[in-house]
Amino acid sequence: MTTMLAGPIGPSLADFGKDPWWISLIKAVFIFVFLMLGVLFGVWTERKLISRMQNRYGPNRAGKFGLLQSVADGLKMGLKEDLMPRTVDRVVFFLAPVIIAVPAFLAFSIVPFGPMVSMFGVQTPLQLTDLPVAVLFVLAMASMGVYGIVLAGWGSRSPYALLGGLRSSAQVISYEIAMALSLVAVFLFAGTLSTSEIVNAQAAGGTWEIGGLSIPLPSWYVVMLFPSFLIYVVTMLGETNRVPFDLPEGEGELVGGFHTEYSSSLKFAMFMLAEYVNMFTVSALAITMFFGGWQAPWPISLWDGANTGWWPMLWFFGKLVIAFCFFVWVRASLPRVRYDQLMALGWKLLIPISLAWIVLVATVRALRLEGGDRTLVMAMLGVIVVVIGVLYYAFDTSRERKKKDQQAQVREEFARLRNEPTAGGFPVPPLDLPHYHGVSSRPAVTRADSKEVTSEAKV
Amino acid sequence: MDGYFGSYAVVAVLIVIGVVIYVGALTINRLLSPIRPSAEKLLTYECGVDPVGEGWAQTQVRYYVFTYLYVVFAVDAVFLFPWATVFADPGFGLTTLVEMFVFLGFIALGILYAWRKGVLSWT
Repeated sequence: MTTMLAGPIGPSLADFGKDPWWISLIKAVFIFVFLMLGVLFGVWTERKLISRMQNRYGPNRAGKFGLLQSVADGLKMGLKEDLMPRTVDRVVFFLAPVIIAVPAFLAFSIVPFGPMVSMFGVQTPLQLTDLPVAVLFVLAMASMGVYGIVLAGWGSRSPYALLGGLRSSAQVISYEIAMALSLVAVFLFAGTLSTSEIVNAQAAGGTWEIGGLSIPLPSWYVVMLFPSFLIYVVTMLGETNRVPFDLPEGEGELVGGFHTEYSSSLKFAMFMLAEYVNMFTVSALAITMFFGGWQAPWPISLWDGANTGWWPMLWFFGKLVIAFCFFVWVRASLPRVRYDQLMALGWKLLIPISLAWIVLVATVRALRLEGGDRTLVMAMLGVIVVVIGVLYYAFDTSRERKKKDQQAQVREEFARLRNEPTAGGFPVPPLDLPHYHGVSSRPAVTRADSKEVTSEAKV
Repeated sequence: MDGYFGSYAVVAVLIVIGVVIYVGALTINRLLSPIRPSAEKLLTYECGVDPVGEGWAQTQVRYYVFTYLYVVFAVDAVFLFPWATVFADPGFGLTTLVEMFVFLGFIALGILYAWRKGVLSWT
């Protein structure tokens, strides 16, 4: 059915674990330096870009174009007095930044930067290491970071930090599930969890032969698995606590969230570092999973040498910059969502849709693999669609009923308030007004009602 | 560093290196930075106003149920991953598909139950 076209094939799992120790060391140092510089100039890029989007200049004092601004900030943080408030849990307070920053760096060790190259006479893949469970490893490291968040909030002994930590951890773990589920479709097509082999699997699309016609399939999974990609994009914003899901740092509500008590010292710099490194990690994962990893995009890929040697590192870096700019663009465009909306989006929308999408992709994949029992698979798919439809219908009717009940209750309450304005605790407005319940299906009536209430209250 | 565990050894070494780098950075910071604490400096910051009472406060944690749900769904995802990798191999095929659909059905029932119980909405 599916025939693979010949394409540039990079390293596979078997090519790893053979490096001499000094090659591993070079790669590890490279990743460390890459991420450090990435954070320094990433912060600058973000500040500059967002200020241009908001008609401001942004940093323009330190160095040319303000390029050295982050360096100056970093130096200042490194040399600043490190305050540890009297009441904090000293051990946890010290450990939290380390626990959050180390896994953030570790996750980058499985990101493929390029194919096999010759490094000082040794043939080696441009990737520190690869595991049979590489993507799971990234998710595990993201989970480890949550410990840092919780412990930072807990150890600070400050209500703001504690609430910020709880909020942040609830958000990250919720979005991590949706993220893991959105990646399952990629594994279904690639048949592996190893990042280098997922990149290989996107080297060339197969062809789908249907009734004598052979339709070439696109090779990057972003096209074929677009719904997965959309879910992944939302979850990657949620996972890294970025706008529009930056509630852990909602200044108006929680001051600085879990790192409120880390007065901008080196420890605070580590939280900052971890946040940006996490952004790079989820971007790199998106590139590896959906955008063909280090492989050259279309017009460049026509050139034969595009996917050989050291060139792919450039393509990878370009994709990373674009992904980072996407983060900034989103930050400039979207407002922050409310906490209950955030959780509802994660649990009531992303996770059910992910599950349904996995079922669909698995069925289609089975159809393409096995010529034999199509009717059975189709029948199963039909049954599943019917079951989902029935469930949705049942759900929808009960929700409609609840909505109607609530509306009736709100109407009744407003009627009571109209007849007897003091019932709500006049002159102080009642703590719980009907419109706080979020019923707004008939705004015209509600507005008229509330106007009446206020006018009568004035009398 | 070769063999099956070679790749994992790199990760383990990397953990050690990472911890050493960070602890080293914090130590250097300790050595270079001035340390002149005062009572005001060591006060908990909170929101800028002097803190009242203890740092601990009782509050209704509205999201603790999510951690239970997280365990269920994280395990679900961990089961899905190996299934997705062997799914296309010869000899698995339709039976694997049906089994996973049954499993996903149970999981979906779980989230539906939580939904109906009102666990997922703000209380």
